[in-house]
Amino acid sequence: MNTKDDKQHSEQLVSNPAKLKQQQVEAEEMEVISPWKDTLKQLRKNRLAIAGFIIIAFFIVVGLVAPFLTPYTFSEQDPVNRLQSPNMDHWLGTDHLGRDIFTRIAHGARISLMVGFFAVTGALLFGTLFGIIAGYYGRWIDMLISRIFDILLAFPSILLAIAVVAILGASLQNALIAIAIINIPIFGRLVRSKVISLREEEFILAAKAQGMKSGRILRHHILPNSLAPIIVQGTLGFGTAILEAAALGFLGLGAQPPTPEWGKMLADSRDFIQLAPWTLIFPGVSIMLVVLGFNLIGDGLRDALDPKMKN
Amino acid sequence: MSDVILELNELHTHFFTDSGEVPAVDGVSFKLHKGEVVGVVGESGCGKSVTSLSVMQLVPNPPGRIVSGEVNFKGENIAVAREKRMKEIRGNEIAMIFQEPMTSLNPVYSIGNQLIEAVRMHKKVSKKEARNKAIEMLEIVGIPRPSEVVDEFPHQLSGGMRQRVMIAMAMSCDPEVLIADEPTTALDVTIQAQILDLMRNLNKEQDTAILLITHDLGVVAEMCDRVVVMYSGQVVEEGTVREILKDPKHPYTKGLIRSLPKLYEKEQKLYSIPGTVPKPSMDHVGCRFAPRCEFAWDRCVEENPDLYELGAERKARCFLYDEKEKVTEGGPQYDEADPRG
Repeated sequence: MNTKDDKQHSEQLVSNPAKLKQQQVEAEEMEVISPWKDTLKQLRKNRLAIAGFIIIAFFIVVGLVAPFLTPYTFSEQDPVNRLQSPNMDHWLGTDHLGRDIFTRIAHGARISLMVGFFAVTGALLFGTLFGIIAGYYGRWIDMLISRIFDILLAFPSILLAIAVVAILGASLQNALIAIAIINIPIFGRLVRSKVISLREEEFILAAKAQGMKSGRILRHHILPNSLAPIIVQGTLGFGTAILEAAALGFLGLGAQPPTPEWGKMLADSRDFIQLAPWTLIFPGVSIMLVVLGFNLIGDGLRDALDPKMKN
Repeated sequence: MSDVILELNELHTHFFTDSGEVPAVDGVSFKLHKGEVVGVVGESGCGKSVTSLSVMQLVPNPPGRIVSGEVNFKGENIAVAREKRMKEIRGNEIAMIFQEPMTSLNPVYSIGNQLIEAVRMHKKVSKKEARNKAIEMLEIVGIPRPSEVVDEFPHQLSGGMRQRVMIAMAMSCDPEVLIADEPTTALDVTIQAQILDLMRNLNKEQDTAILLITHDLGVVAEMCDRVVVMYSGQVVEEGTVREILKDPKHPYTKGLIRSLPKLYEKEQKLYSIPGTVPKPSMDHVGCRFAPRCEFAWDRCVEENPDLYELGAERKARCFLYDEKEKVTEGGPQYDEADPRG
């Protein structure tokens, strides 16, 4: 601290030099914490969120190295060794066509995470865009967008997804599009309500009074301040999207054989539930674990990003 | 008097609500000279803030709209200026600071980031130059350790510090007019005095004209050269600070000053003007203050008085100062059936 600052400072607090000193000490102890670093710090303290991260990291790694994990391919059939219970050659057993379940689950992890990622990204981008437009501009455009959201939300989500897939044709890609579409209003409404409350904030008025353009206000002031709920919903939505993809796969409307999609694996094996329960248990547990992982992270993020939860 | 920099001329800003049209600003006229501090005083809801927002064309639309009148800024009527022109003016030539320093800064950006943005919005300078300017501005507004504070976030600063940052931000483009909408209302008294000192210094050193919106006559006495008193969307009195405080003309101003606690007089109960501020409405006839006025007579309920000139830039909106009344009646008349009941 240079002398000039010191002088200026002491002029304001000239009556109480002891207080001045104390203030300086406090100021030096205070380190600069950005909101994001603070969130990370909060998150690291949350054990459940860490558990979620470990689960997801495990499935990501398994998905990445899937081709090198086992000597089998996910579509390789071996009729002689079908419906084998877990053993040294087939860690998680084989299905009714003699395919190695562990290999298929590892490859399925790729598909599920990919579906989750693209469906959530799509829903998040479009939902945020529509939500911001509706919330910031209001009037008839808000009316229009909000009513479309209401209509989309009035359908049971899986029914809507089935309708979309029925129009586009059954494939993994179309299932992904369907899941993105049904999730758009969830993000859209969230962002809209956040934008409406932000719009009334004084710093937005202050930005306008500085001569800032609308686009810039949206990008620099509205969007960064609505990120927290978007991130939380995005993480939670990941789990939902994976679950919906599995449901569509189970109904035969998602990934087509021989793609090792977890929901499809469940559907294929349901006739053998008594004979070879492992053919259902392992894909089912995988779905459960991934969804649980994302939900744990989502909850952790929500707590970390909520200023009221801080102590 | 030096040249007029900002002149409001019969400005009408109305709000179009579901329950009808509300004339929040109802024919307001006053002038702001170069390097002058003018206070706009009045109770809550009298249209002070809407007047200041109208100058910047920042009245929320819908429901609000400037219906008629002029806002002349250096000879240009900016009440009808296009949005593009307004964006050049806002922040650059007319800057504004607000009541709530706690919420006037964006919580997700550092102080420096926001100051740099404010500078770069109107001036073509590099990021580094803008940063130096930001640190310089922080130093001018009396923030200790400016080179460190520049990287801190709003939540790390106190209310007074944040208001200083807001002032730094507003002054960073050397505006010619600063509109301060209750800049000290949310701060405690010691900080208030510091912020007022700071604004006074900026006014003297940079010759910035300040339009100070406030309801605090103490702040007015300390800061202003001239005062405009508003009541229910209209200007009711105008004059220099001395004239207004020593010799108020309008009964409302008289009431305001009477309701201040006095240092050397022992009073049992503080005076208050009876009644409440009427809601501005389109079909109001007569003087807005008549129902609460102790001097009101029948003419007051029938027609709205003009703003009578009492001298150079000294005006009052009251029939007590109408020449006609004085000539014919030899002074104001008290009516038995006045609306006070």
